[in-house]
Amino acid sequence: MIVIGERINGMYRKVGKAIQKRNKEVIQQLAREQVEAGAHILDVNTGPASANPLAAMEWLVTSIQEVVNVPLCLDSTKSDVIEAGLRLCKQKGVINSTTGQKEKMDVLLPIAAKYGASIIGLTMDEKGIPRDALGRSEIAVSIIAAAMDKGVPIENVYLDPLILPVNVTQITSVEVLKAIHDFKTLSDPPPKTVLGLSNVSQGTPNRSLINRTYLVMAMAMGLDAAIMDSTDRELMDAMISAEILLNKSIYCDSYLDAYRRR
Amino acid sequence: MPLELYKQKWTQKIYTLTIGATPAEGGTRESVVQVGGITALPFLTFEGEMPYSPVIAMEVWDMVPPEWPPEAVAPFADVIDSPVKWAKKCVQEYQAQLLCLRLMSIHPDTKNASAEEASQILKAILSEVGVPLIVWGSGNAEKDNEVLPRCTQVAAGENCLFGTATKDNYKTLVASCLADKQSIIAESPLDINIEKQVNILISEMGFPLERIVIFPTTGGLGYGLEYAYSIMERGRLAGLSEDKLLAMPVICTVGPEAWRAKEAKVEESEFPQWGKASERGPMWEAITAVALLIAGAEILVMRHPKSINLVKRIIGQLMGKEAGKE
Repeated sequence: MIVIGERINGMYRKVGKAIQKRNKEVIQQLAREQVEAGAHILDVNTGPASANPLAAMEWLVTSIQEVVNVPLCLDSTKSDVIEAGLRLCKQKGVINSTTGQKEKMDVLLPIAAKYGASIIGLTMDEKGIPRDALGRSEIAVSIIAAAMDKGVPIENVYLDPLILPVNVTQITSVEVLKAIHDFKTLSDPPPKTVLGLSNVSQGTPNRSLINRTYLVMAMAMGLDAAIMDSTDRELMDAMISAEILLNKSIYCDSYLDAYRRR
Repeated sequence: MPLELYKQKWTQKIYTLTIGATPAEGGTRESVVQVGGITALPFLTFEGEMPYSPVIAMEVWDMVPPEWPPEAVAPFADVIDSPVKWAKKCVQEYQAQLLCLRLMSIHPDTKNASAEEASQILKAILSEVGVPLIVWGSGNAEKDNEVLPRCTQVAAGENCLFGTATKDNYKTLVASCLADKQSIIAESPLDINIEKQVNILISEMGFPLERIVIFPTTGGLGYGLEYAYSIMERGRLAGLSEDKLLAMPVICTVGPEAWRAKEAKVEESEFPQWGKASERGPMWEAITAVALLIAGAEILVMRHPKSINLVKRIIGQLMGKEAGKE
């Protein structure tokens, strides 16, 4: 499982403020904490409030790379912000994200190809988020086709079937599980799959429990990566245990420690 | 269309271990041995690197081995009651690059020799031969814990490989190997989960992973070899993937296992149809060794010069160094 740390996001008040005031220490602390807790990649989102998101992205990427050496997942709706970040990335980055909308793919896929970056494809389009797994697969197919067309290798494509809060739409959590499974049959080699995990528990009182329960279920369906809170110890423990139960790594009595030592 | 071979790419390298230290490195060895560093399955050099050949450690006991069959004793008959002479013969006559000193005399069921006696033997061997050494306890936890720390001390600076640490008895040996800068053999009873667990226990004491050698327990040909093979293969696949706790070189006790087999040791008079004892035993040992090489063993503890010669030649051929020869 690839863990993409979610916490450097301008949506969080603390991070938003740090970006505004260019308070490096706060951002770097978050970067270190997440990587130490097991994040393989860090998501970087300047947030909605940023007056100059491009400059904010450049500042974030530079500040983060001063303290950790992991790939970054650049999270913005603006392609020039993403490209500005990619230009500074020391390791091949991840673009978060395109949708199945043609005009988005036409802009972002060539950027992914140019920088050798991976790209997250949200399975939604002009009509919004499909109701069921089948609708998600249809958009997934068009994203895969467009990626191949624009020279983005399939192993660099992460399809995100878009999980929604369980207290808003309960059926979605079932359809998304099906979609994770179905996406794997769409191409050979298969695309990777990713979830913005915390969305499933948005607005519920038991966020951590719901997150870790759903992560384990999604992993059983073949999920490859999740944007999640790597500093949630119980969530990480559940993930590590699921890897053992899925025979992805070799069991030993201290398997939790063993994982954290890698 | 030309045929393109599929090549497996692995993400992790097996740790490289050096056994022995020359005067420049703080020891007194004339030569050292390096193992590991492999980035693919054994001998698949088209897929990755295999910088070092597997090595054979010749067995030397600190007492006359009570149960060796005559065929195994024969090459050492003149020196078998003197560990030092035995060690010298292995090096001078049989060109051993590495020795494995088995401290069987310390076991309460044999001679119950003291730490002082055992460490003196080790000291004498170190001063008489120039090759690096593996030092292997008796298997009696209490006695090993008493004797091995003295031995690591006596051999301080020589960068030996000491064994064995087990899940239930590792602290003493780990501490003394750490203090005297020796490497360690981690033993598990044909169990991949315990194999990993022992390594984590050892490393939790601050012992570097790259100085651990895995002893997964060896099965002899006809006596569990397949099981040993599959455990070794599974461990190596994990080690080459992303499991750092299984990315160590592997040691196998080929001699002790092969020569325990009835097919290796039984007298000719008993089963004349099985052929000459002088061929049968060494062949049994050599075949066991080759299977374990293919499974991923880097260090083979072996007994009979005849089988050792044969296996050395096969290693050379598998490494592509003597292609077409023999």
